[in-house]
Amino acid sequence: MTRRVGLVLLAAALAAFLIAPDRFAPLLRPLTTNGAPAIYTQTSLLRLALSHLALVGAAVAVSTAVAVGFAIFVTRPAGRDLLPLARSVASIGQTFPPVAVLALAVPAMGFGAGPTLLALILYGLLPIFENTLAGLASVPPAVIEAARGTGMTPAQRLRAVELPLALPVILSGVRLSAIIALSTATIGSTVAARTLGEVIIAGLLSSNSAFVVQGGAVVAALALLISGLFREIERALTPAAQRPGG
Amino acid sequence: MIEVERLTRLYDGRAVVDDVTLTVDRGKIAALVGTSGSGKTTLLRMINRLVEPSSGRVRIAGEDTAAIPPHLLRRRIGYAIQDHGLFPHRTVAQNIATVPGLLGWPRRDIAARVDELLTLFQLPPAEFAGRYPHQLSGGQQQRVGVARALAARPELLLMDEPFGALDPVIRARARDDLRAIQRELGTTLIVVTHDMGEAFALGDTIAVMDGGGLLQYAPPREILTRPASDFVRDLVGAADRPFHLLALEPVAALVQPGEAPGAPVPRDLSQRDALSLCLWRGLAALPVAGGGVVTLAALERAAQGGRP
Amino acid sequence: MTTLRATGLPRRAVAPDLPGAVAALIGLGGMALPFVQFRPNRIVAGEALTLPAALGARGTAVLAGLAAVLLLAALGRQRPALRLALGAAAGLGLTLALGAAATALSAGGGTLARVSPAAGFWTMLLAALLLAADGAARLEARPALRWLLLAAGVAAVAALLRSGVLADVSVLREYAARAPQFRAEAVRHLRLAFASLGAALAIGLPLGIALHLQRGLRPAVLGVLDVVQTIPSLALFGVMIPALGWVAAHVPGAAAAGIAGIGVFPALVALFLYSLLPVVANTVVGLDAVPAPLREAAAGLGMTRGQVLRQVMIPLTLPVLLAAVRIVLVQNIGLAVIAGLIGGGGFGAFVFQGLNQTAMDLILLGALPTIALALVAGVALDIAVAQLRRGAA
Repeated sequence: MTRRVGLVLLAAALAAFLIAPDRFAPLLRPLTTNGAPAIYTQTSLLRLALSHLALVGAAVAVSTAVAVGFAIFVTRPAGRDLLPLARSVASIGQTFPPVAVLALAVPAMGFGAGPTLLALILYGLLPIFENTLAGLASVPPAVIEAARGTGMTPAQRLRAVELPLALPVILSGVRLSAIIALSTATIGSTVAARTLGEVIIAGLLSSNSAFVVQGGAVVAALALLISGLFREIERALTPAAQRPGG
Repeated sequence: MIEVERLTRLYDGRAVVDDVTLTVDRGKIAALVGTSGSGKTTLLRMINRLVEPSSGRVRIAGEDTAAIPPHLLRRRIGYAIQDHGLFPHRTVAQNIATVPGLLGWPRRDIAARVDELLTLFQLPPAEFAGRYPHQLSGGQQQRVGVARALAARPELLLMDEPFGALDPVIRARARDDLRAIQRELGTTLIVVTHDMGEAFALGDTIAVMDGGGLLQYAPPREILTRPASDFVRDLVGAADRPFHLLALEPVAALVQPGEAPGAPVPRDLSQRDALSLCLWRGLAALPVAGGGVVTLAALERAAQGGRP
Repeated sequence: MTTLRATGLPRRAVAPDLPGAVAALIGLGGMALPFVQFRPNRIVAGEALTLPAALGARGTAVLAGLAAVLLLAALGRQRPALRLALGAAAGLGLTLALGAAATALSAGGGTLARVSPAAGFWTMLLAALLLAADGAARLEARPALRWLLLAAGVAAVAALLRSGVLADVSVLREYAARAPQFRAEAVRHLRLAFASLGAALAIGLPLGIALHLQRGLRPAVLGVLDVVQTIPSLALFGVMIPALGWVAAHVPGAAAAGIAGIGVFPALVALFLYSLLPVVANTVVGLDAVPAPLREAAAGLGMTRGQVLRQVMIPLTLPVLLAAVRIVLVQNIGLAVIAGLIGGGGFGAFVFQGLNQTAMDLILLGALPTIALALVAGVALDIAVAQLRRGAA
């Protein structure tokens, strides 16, 4: 409960800051030197935050659709031959640094939101794919056997039994993916994508700590809010039997 | 009537079920017994095509099951397993409603059927319908599993070690309840078990399997008195044979005129329990309700399986 | 119908192989894409050439060989070892072709000419590596053989780079022009990754043990570390500069102890902070997972609390700890790139300089070794974890 109250307060504070950042200038002023501005005004913080979120949202949506679809495919009889390969590609892919993936997307796609989106999508695939596999594998064999025995078709089994039972684990993969994407998107501004990273980079370039802190704080707050929201959904969806201690 | 005809299943060229033929009459219970790896579970799973036969056929009421799409076939056959396999994300009522839902019954009919079954299995609907499987005891989970299997009024019910996860006391009661419900509904039942006592208690006929083959398929009395092979005799257990025999019949079958002291025993008391009472009380005869007695000598003769 | 089923033939013996087909589809698609990018100098855009266009008949031969391997893989399933060998050979062939194409094209273009791998090369290389990975995955090799394969892979790449056959490829031209700086940045990068790991272990292990013993402290400590993880790397690195600068200026003795708001130090602290959560959390999880009867048996034998911890708990927790080391090391090798943005050096220096100048070769010079390092560290530690688990089982 305190957790939920904390989330609501955080959301309120973030909204207040994004809508009227100037009101918070006195708070950030001590971090500036030589009368530098305390609040980033080049672009409105709200617009940056929205475009940051849009980028992350689009990337996570694509990653989720592709990764869940592929994980379902390699666990069905038709695709099972691909499973060992898919597993090892996923585990190797996870070692690729997000920044390097982002940098490598530039030669392929040029500067702007494109390479950022591509890198976010590629990097977001892996946690969702692995969690979907884990979630599907966690469905007890007796339950699958019973589903077959009651005469469900493979599609009905997937929709009515396997996916609902795997959903909490899949969602925690989506959460992980969203958090990574949120952080990686800040680096996207080094390749000219419109994100909150712009504020941080501006701060680094002009040695203005106030910029670095406000950019970082907004992204961190977004990350905490998204993470908290997902955890609430995961809890609501997890059958009480599977909850730790339940 | 279920006809299993020359059913065989090969894995890597090895037969785990080898040319099995047997028939179960409508409304009867057949118990498949054998050690683990004998092929009894595979045989059961070939009847609802969870395992596809390598050769041979199964006919239900004359209809070849190979001609029916497997999922449609399974909706007509009840199936209950050891770990009950209840869907953890669905309530008791939703679990029981699974097959009627798949068959597209009207909602009102489904709700009525769920209530009817919950009542039949002594799980008051008001209290249990909305619970989740993890909120039930092992015995209750097992009953919900059977209720789910019976929900669409299947003509045939398959059970694989249905009481395997229960402790002995609950197990005996669950067995008696199942027997009573089966009698009431008239469902044909094929049950797999590795427990001979359970097979004798439930089965109208018993199929003894070993190494994929069917060694003997006969009523319990015949399995006991005329085992087809040493293996069947050993599986029954030579020491337990007389008690299994006595357990099959009530004292009513042995009543003879006479008088004996003490309170009369009910006519449907099993002969085994009657023998036990005689031995424990040191009596030569017990009075039976409604007149007459059952004597220790008669029980002894019965325990010998009618041999001279 | 029953007679058909009675044959018991495995159905897949006649069907095409799915992983092979996927690799073939990718590889054959890559043949249609340009193999190399040829530019008169480093900055300007140039023309894209397919392999036959760049290398003539030899190029056509390489493509034909690759096509043969891919079709072979798509049409039937080889033994895992053979498939691994085929994939590796295809990758080697493509790389040699890249080197030859670069040499051939540069010969006419003078010293300023740049030849870099293009989408076709990367796509076909991906197909070859997919084949190799499929073989390796199905090999289910013991750790000893996996070590050997990893060593062979690393040795092969090192030999290729040293042999000079790739010397005319743009990334290596870039390397040749900056070899001393490259070595310095490599050392800095590794030092960043390993020093932060060492510090995280030195602080995180005792902290994890303390949390194992004192359950009450867990929510607070793990909660804080969890929040640290959500701070975007760019911001955490950035904030360290003024924060540590302030500490160096205001805390007596801090500057003398090496604390500074510039150079490597802020990056090191940021990486350390990111590393703490995996180390602490895995220590707690690992220690908690030791079965209670085992602990009681050890205590029953007369071990002291410390002896139980050292002789029973920690050895049994080792696989989980090593898994944390894997997470941290791979993560730090990747995140150390950010240090390049705040003057901390490492391969990130090349990446961000390259992004600033739109010099793709420079980006590759920073990104490729980072990926290679992370990959080798990840695979090596995976093998080590598997080895420990086998030993423990």
